[in-house]
Amino acid sequence: MIVNISINGQTYSHDVEPRLLLVHFIREYAELHGTHWGCDTSNCGICIVLMDDPNSSQPPYPVKSCTMLAAMAEGYEITTVEGMAHPDGTLDPIQMGFHEMHALQCGFCTPGMMSTGRWLIERHPNPTQMTDHEIRDGISGNLCRCTGYDNIIKAIRWAAAYIQEHPESARTARQ
Amino acid sequence: MATTETTPGRHPDWYGHATGDTFGKIADAPIGFGHMKRKEDARFIRGLGDYMDDVRLPGMVHGAILRSPYAHARINSIDTSGALAHPKVAAVVIAKDLETLGLAWMPTISYDTQAVLAGDKVRFHLQEVAFVIALDAYSAQDALQLIEVDYDVLPAIVNCRKALDPDAPLIRDDKVGQTDNLASPMWEAGDKAICDRVFAEADVVAKQTILDPRSHPCPMETCGMVADMNPNTGQLNIYNGNQAPHAHRTVYAQVAGLPEQNIRILCNDIGGGFGNKVPVYPGYVCAIAGSIVAGAPVKWIEDRSENLASTGFARDYLMYSEMCSKGGKITGLRVDAIADHGAFDSTAQATKFPAGFFHIVTGSYDLSGAHCQVKAVYTNKAPGGVAYRCSFRITEAVYLVERMVDQLAMEMRVDPVELRMRSFIRADQFPYETATGWVYDSGDYHKAMKLAMEIAGYDELRAEQQEKLQRGEMMGIGVAFFTEGVGAGPRRHMDILGLAMNDGAELRVHPSGKAVVSISAQTQGQGHETTFAQIVAEELGISPNEIMVRHGDTDKTPYGLGTYGSRSTPVSGGAVAVVSRKVRDKARQFAALMLETRAEDLQWEKGRWFVRGDPERGSTIESIAEYAYSATNLPEGLEGGLDANAVYDPPNLTYPFGAYIAVVDVDPGTGKVHMRRFIAVDDCGVRINPMVVEGQIHGGLVEGIGQALMEIISFDEQGNCMNASFMDYLLPTALECPINGFELGETVTPCPHHPIGAKGVGESPCVGSPPAIANAVVDALYHAKGIKHMDIPAFPARVWAAMNGRAEPPQ
Amino acid sequence: MQTPAPCDYSRATSVDDAIAQLQALGGNARILAGGYSLIPMMKLRLANPGHVIDINPLEPELNYIREEGDEIRVGAMTRHVNMLESDVLSRHFPDIFREAEAVLADPVVRNRGTMGGSLCQSDPAEDLSGVVVALKGEAVLRGPGGAERVIGMEEFHVGPYMTAVQPTEMLIEVRFKKHRGFGGAHEKVERRAGDFAIVAASSALAIEGGKITWAGVACSAVGPTTMHIGRAEEALVGQAPSEDLFAKCGQMASADCSPNSDGRGPADYKRHVAGVLTTRALSRAAATALR
Repeated sequence: MIVNISINGQTYSHDVEPRLLLVHFIREYAELHGTHWGCDTSNCGICIVLMDDPNSSQPPYPVKSCTMLAAMAEGYEITTVEGMAHPDGTLDPIQMGFHEMHALQCGFCTPGMMSTGRWLIERHPNPTQMTDHEIRDGISGNLCRCTGYDNIIKAIRWAAAYIQEHPESARTARQ
Repeated sequence: MATTETTPGRHPDWYGHATGDTFGKIADAPIGFGHMKRKEDARFIRGLGDYMDDVRLPGMVHGAILRSPYAHARINSIDTSGALAHPKVAAVVIAKDLETLGLAWMPTISYDTQAVLAGDKVRFHLQEVAFVIALDAYSAQDALQLIEVDYDVLPAIVNCRKALDPDAPLIRDDKVGQTDNLASPMWEAGDKAICDRVFAEADVVAKQTILDPRSHPCPMETCGMVADMNPNTGQLNIYNGNQAPHAHRTVYAQVAGLPEQNIRILCNDIGGGFGNKVPVYPGYVCAIAGSIVAGAPVKWIEDRSENLASTGFARDYLMYSEMCSKGGKITGLRVDAIADHGAFDSTAQATKFPAGFFHIVTGSYDLSGAHCQVKAVYTNKAPGGVAYRCSFRITEAVYLVERMVDQLAMEMRVDPVELRMRSFIRADQFPYETATGWVYDSGDYHKAMKLAMEIAGYDELRAEQQEKLQRGEMMGIGVAFFTEGVGAGPRRHMDILGLAMNDGAELRVHPSGKAVVSISAQTQGQGHETTFAQIVAEELGISPNEIMVRHGDTDKTPYGLGTYGSRSTPVSGGAVAVVSRKVRDKARQFAALMLETRAEDLQWEKGRWFVRGDPERGSTIESIAEYAYSATNLPEGLEGGLDANAVYDPPNLTYPFGAYIAVVDVDPGTGKVHMRRFIAVDDCGVRINPMVVEGQIHGGLVEGIGQALMEIISFDEQGNCMNASFMDYLLPTALECPINGFELGETVTPCPHHPIGAKGVGESPCVGSPPAIANAVVDALYHAKGIKHMDIPAFPARVWAAMNGRAEPPQ
Repeated sequence: MQTPAPCDYSRATSVDDAIAQLQALGGNARILAGGYSLIPMMKLRLANPGHVIDINPLEPELNYIREEGDEIRVGAMTRHVNMLESDVLSRHFPDIFREAEAVLADPVVRNRGTMGGSLCQSDPAEDLSGVVVALKGEAVLRGPGGAERVIGMEEFHVGPYMTAVQPTEMLIEVRFKKHRGFGGAHEKVERRAGDFAIVAASSALAIEGGKITWAGVACSAVGPTTMHIGRAEEALVGQAPSEDLFAKCGQMASADCSPNSDGRGPADYKRHVAGVLTTRALSRAAATALR
């Protein structure tokens, strides 16, 4: 079947099997390798991308791209790690925060983790005041084997503070 | 067919990202050691890492493995016709096809043999049986369901004690002369007679059987390979994220009988290793065989179930132990252990150390006598025995000794910290030879322990525990003090498959004064591209921003044994320091010419040679580099260019240590353990980059929480692996960690024999934290209910059983 | 990664269209909502539908939480995050929905997973089902020709992974009776955050004039379906709330559930915990009701 999916502002049209998972559409057809995968059972959150859902009052929210058929993603705007930075290459604050706070080691979970972190900031009424528990709970669907999470929490806080100070730095798929 | 240069050519691109834009150059980079953000982040935060599954070659086909549904069964027949009829299937490989290629069995890194694909019988649940090659990955999986295998099911053994029963079914009937399930001769260390005497004179003896259960390193990226055999040139390019690319190349040359110079291993980015990516796995050999058969590059990427069920597990040590004291101090330890190797002995060890560095079981204590012995058995479980973030069985040994110290303290009715303080090796005793014959390099254990107690507020915690007991609440405080031996190792003692455990480094300083250092270590997230540049920076005074660290391509890096056992900094880091000093010495010759003086009259300060007594007269490393390539009047014996090679042979292991304190609350109604606080004081000698060191510690601590509380690979009575997915193999999330973060402290006792005084740190937190947490859980049970031991992992149900006096080892 | 077996895909344009498609495809089709139960099963090839009918386009029609008379009605496509954050549910059923939804899987799953999907999966360890059973929710099933029937949860959940929803029917809504003086709580013990329950207990009470006027008690992961502890409810109604009473109800939950031993724990442990959690949930439910 022909599937048309908008990823990072570009529409990809491909003739695919109906069973094709979104993560494989992103990696094999759109050839965006920044979205990784880590399990078979929808537990690890490695494959998370942001999805802008017109039916939702939420800002673009994280979904596990291994747990959606590509066909299901038609009509939504998908943002992967490759689409996080501004078009001129300026990094999104969450990317800066992960670098500043040493919130990545092997880098494999990083795209999914940054996506969830970005959403946590975007949806929180007062992101600089997020509690440790709110952040820990928020990323509890994203497994990381390297960092021990402490620096990821610091990175999300760093990004929240940066966005507060530099509102123009924040860019979401919806804008 | 791919050419050799296209894909490897991606390496420079990475560094293009790292150096060509906002983040590539780290603005406040120190010239040398100190806090520095990572250079490699630039590509990862943009999604530009290049992992195993990202490799794509023209004409590439996809492999998938059919696995056994039984733990032990004879194979009567395999019918592949259904799969071969699938329109997208290119080939199906089974054992007898491999026999014609001489690839049916492969050597393990412990001199055993392992079936690549099972031909005679399957020996563990989910063992490899057939390899399908199809045009796409989905079709390869579809075709697995079209293969028919006829099995005769045999009784399976998954209990290491039962494997030793005289009437136990023989698992390795393929091995000539094998009549029982013993995997190797009994190994022992320490003087038994002295140890027996120490026990005979003891005041108090504690005894306990302790299981360090089977767990899995489980990096977030699974294992995989793209094998690309060029039939026209005989060149085999192997894209494979592994921790020891040079050793792998040698192994493939042996296994496949290919000329070693025609094999090139390309490790791009690796999504975590933790020991899992040390061995050679059957899937790799299948991919290589598949590429030979199919005449095309073959990609095989294992799924998570395959990763958990078939690749290198860790631990699985059942240990009976006794520890004794005299005069209020620990004096002796004896251990009798069974190592469960699974169906094939592919444990990762230095050759002369069949039980790894289990000798370190004497821990951080000044013992009068110690003896340990280990026998290894075959069972119908997956092979492996890799060191999950651990230097060759040190985790098992440290877990045992630290659990035993707590048990002994309970028997002696003394505080567990007090007993440790009385029994530690004193700072003035280093270098210290242990009762099992190891020479610890340096340490100040009392200082580290005191610092940890101070951060924790140990006395206040004990008071709080008493108050809570009055209210019927259960709280535990667990202490562990570890000493690790890492950085294997001295070539006179240590090799793997005959390859000395050394590492090489090559340093080229270009005419512009920028440098490339090539290393044999292989990062899996440790940050080598930053920290190794910092070592060169410290030695030569060149900014780390201007030093590229090259690794992961066996054609372009010097030989060495790779990254595991916390050996990167102790061995490869030593090589980088040594090669930098060689370059510095060579630079001195050029500087003498430039400054028209004698080399011996020059003095070094970071970044330049100057004339002793006349500091204005000097040459910077940049100007020397330019001169080295352009000077026209070099004297005889001095070659142009500024580069050098080194192979570092460490004179001894390094011995990092640390004091850890865990605080837990246990729900008396449900047995649920809540990890409240964790204090970690680490002494890893000189820290190259404190930020990276702390990141390593955080990560290792969470893996320790996992092992202590939730990670286990277990089997049912039929031998089925019960934890072959993330539904049941549980990695800690952010919610299982102390809510306000880890509390770290440091002491610095430099390693006296290492060129930069560093000891290595990667594994320390994962070695020290399981016993600290286990001790905390038991401490809660002990104070509330008088219970002195339970085996990990401390699942709620198991804690509740222990609380009620029904502690059992996990199945 | 493990991937689904071949299957066809179509989108539904309305509830009636989805039902018409189910009819046309015979028993070979499955409804696909959030996907977090069905797609993992398809990847492991434990579920091999020949066709999936995507009902996400029906979200505008089926994602709602609304008050109608003495009921709160929740549409089948209401996502877990909507239930977690619903003011209507918090106001009328403090805090049982919020507590259960806060520990159901993880936040990313909750963004897409739906109430209908959770109930139709009929996993006895699932958290929301416990709440729906405790609140005696009534499921509205629609079949061919717009025919609707309303059934209780005990009829709805037939067994593990089995429901009373016929092959040509679709769950479209669940209805909950409001109660004055309501308080509820959800207690869960799990091996790790995001894991299915080892045991969970959902308890709800209505307290007026110092007496319990209505009670709902359910336990998850201790039987072939979510267990309704009817004996405890009978013991509660008409009594004044007290710790002794709640402890007695906990004992009933322990006695009346029928857990299996598995990787999460032996049956005797689960039985014990069902009692502990039921007592705790009732105690907190009462405190909330009296708040």
